[in-house]
Amino acid sequence: MAGYPAWDQDSARMIVAGLAHLEGATLPMLHALQDEFGYVDPQAVPLIAEALNLSRAEVHGAISFYHDFKTAPQPARIVKLCRAEACQALGCESVVDDLARTHGIAVDDHHAGDAIVETVYCLGNCALGPSALVDGELIGRVDAARIAGLCQHGRAHS
Amino acid sequence: MSANPVRIFVPVDAAALSVGAEAVAQAIASEATKRGLSVEIVRNGSRGMLWLEPLVEVETAEGRIAYGPVAAKDVPSLFDADFASGGAHPLRLGKTEELDWMKRQQRLTFERVGVIDPLSIADYRAYGGFKGLEKALSLTGGEIVDAVKASGLRGRGGAGFPTGIKWKTVHDASATQKYIVCNADEGDSGTFADRMLFEGDPYLVIEGMTIAAIAVGATRGYIYLRSEYPHAHRTLQRAILKAEAAGLIGASVLGSQHAFHLEVRLGAGAYICGEETSLLESLEGKRAVVRAKPPLPALQGLFGKPTVVNNVLSFAAVPWIMDHGAQAYADCGMGRSRGTLPIQLGGNVRRGGLVELAFGISLREIIEDMGGGTLSGRPIRAVQVGGPLGAYLTAGQLDVQMDYEALAAMRAMLGHGGIVVFDDSVDMARQARFAMEFCAKESCGKCTPCRIGATRGVEVMDRIIAGTEVPENIAVLRDLSKLMIDASLCAMGGLTPMPVLSALDHFPEDFDRPPLPLAAE
Repeated sequence: MAGYPAWDQDSARMIVAGLAHLEGATLPMLHALQDEFGYVDPQAVPLIAEALNLSRAEVHGAISFYHDFKTAPQPARIVKLCRAEACQALGCESVVDDLARTHGIAVDDHHAGDAIVETVYCLGNCALGPSALVDGELIGRVDAARIAGLCQHGRAHS
Repeated sequence: MSANPVRIFVPVDAAALSVGAEAVAQAIASEATKRGLSVEIVRNGSRGMLWLEPLVEVETAEGRIAYGPVAAKDVPSLFDADFASGGAHPLRLGKTEELDWMKRQQRLTFERVGVIDPLSIADYRAYGGFKGLEKALSLTGGEIVDAVKASGLRGRGGAGFPTGIKWKTVHDASATQKYIVCNADEGDSGTFADRMLFEGDPYLVIEGMTIAAIAVGATRGYIYLRSEYPHAHRTLQRAILKAEAAGLIGASVLGSQHAFHLEVRLGAGAYICGEETSLLESLEGKRAVVRAKPPLPALQGLFGKPTVVNNVLSFAAVPWIMDHGAQAYADCGMGRSRGTLPIQLGGNVRRGGLVELAFGISLREIIEDMGGGTLSGRPIRAVQVGGPLGAYLTAGQLDVQMDYEALAAMRAMLGHGGIVVFDDSVDMARQARFAMEFCAKESCGKCTPCRIGATRGVEVMDRIIAGTEVPENIAVLRDLSKLMIDASLCAMGGLTPMPVLSALDHFPEDFDRPPLPLAAE
């Protein structure tokens, strides 16, 4: 997968300006910034606040409310593992245990370096779980070995 | 290439892709090239038989023949068996329409899903698309609202509120701007009907929302889609562009004086956004904190304007109702649950997928007859119906009919029609703990019973699981649950006790635990 460019305040400003005409533009802006840079730098807060005539607190509040928005650069490879009920019924918690025991991968460990396995709740693949989402691709019937391989793959390409 | 290439269907549905449909499509293309055969590969939606994915179909003189589950490595042998003409092969399932799973259904909303090329407007039209919209354009807004009321359609998001009454309120409100909002924040575990519909027949929801706009006098609409659905997002974005280019929506709907501008907006991983008022806050760009009602969104919704907020499946039912008549829709179903329900069967089940049927089929028929029992082959122990806020039922309770009132009578709920099957390895105290943990993580934080109650609930469950003063802690759990039910602002806090109490009431043996030995951890 391609790495993200470093945060650039000028291009961030252009992204924000390009979306300012939308109704309720905050989330589209945050998504666009995160798509571009892989995260939303705190420097985005005054940009968005000014463009939308909001207080910085309102913008910061929105960023901090949603699980998706990250405020620091993320590992090159993010594996989202579903741990909701339908995947629980198919043993996703055993996958989590197996990842820790056999592969030394702790789920939701944000200090893990260049790959992270993150908990999500439901990817809409409830009949073919356990499921994971990697770089926008959905994977069904995953096990710990497959996820560990995906993490390794992320390392090789980062 | 010859004049008539063989049409081969390989789903582009995310669930099919999750088990290798892309590799199968590529293998078919390259194998056909290698053999000098002329094929047209159509990327359709999924038929909903997810255990058979990737399900490949070929169009023959006698109809479409299904093969599945196909792996890329099976492709050469399929060509050897002349599958392009429907030839015999161990993976050959027969005519798709005659497979038991398909034959048992009454597909109204999902009639085109898996059949057509999802993004082809010509396909959509050829299979009856836009007839409902054309009918609606010949009626007044009030007449459309009356038809939806007469159909008995109730909101498919979970609450089951009559759709026509909601539309009437917005219709009767006077405002400079009204909105149509589609709640596509399908966050309930065990549900995937909205996703399948967007990926398999996106114009249907666009048509349904456009009819709503004409009915109530709205000119702008938003589809609020969860970010966990990147495939559906891509399909919807492309479908909206194509619909605009074809004059189906935009400044003039099918050449009429009605304008309808539609946009998809992505959520950002917050389960609470499935609650309509928090969804509206999110669309406005704010923290998705639940609003107190009243005012109803129908009167003061998005940006304070009258707004129709409906689930994907509610909008998707409308074109059929307009085309075939309200009575034809109302003729399906039972009691006060009219029409059909797209049921999603998942979890530990042998044959999982999507089943659309009139209300009234029993859970047992769905899980045992259609689903074939558990995937693990072990006995069914628990079934959760209606998502993370729905009740856990026992294997002995499965004769209940799928209907809003029948489930409510046993302190369960239909929700968005998701069924999750668990085998006998499930620990119901752990499931109860998870319900509280999920609520603690996903609570918007506005009301205390939900924000604090869920966190206390996790702690109480931890003590019960550790075997600490179990009877006393169960009493605390019941008290806490009652408070959450009675005093929470929305369904998140108000319904979280449903899975907790159902687990406790139906599976008490899992809560009656001996104290953990101190040295264990």
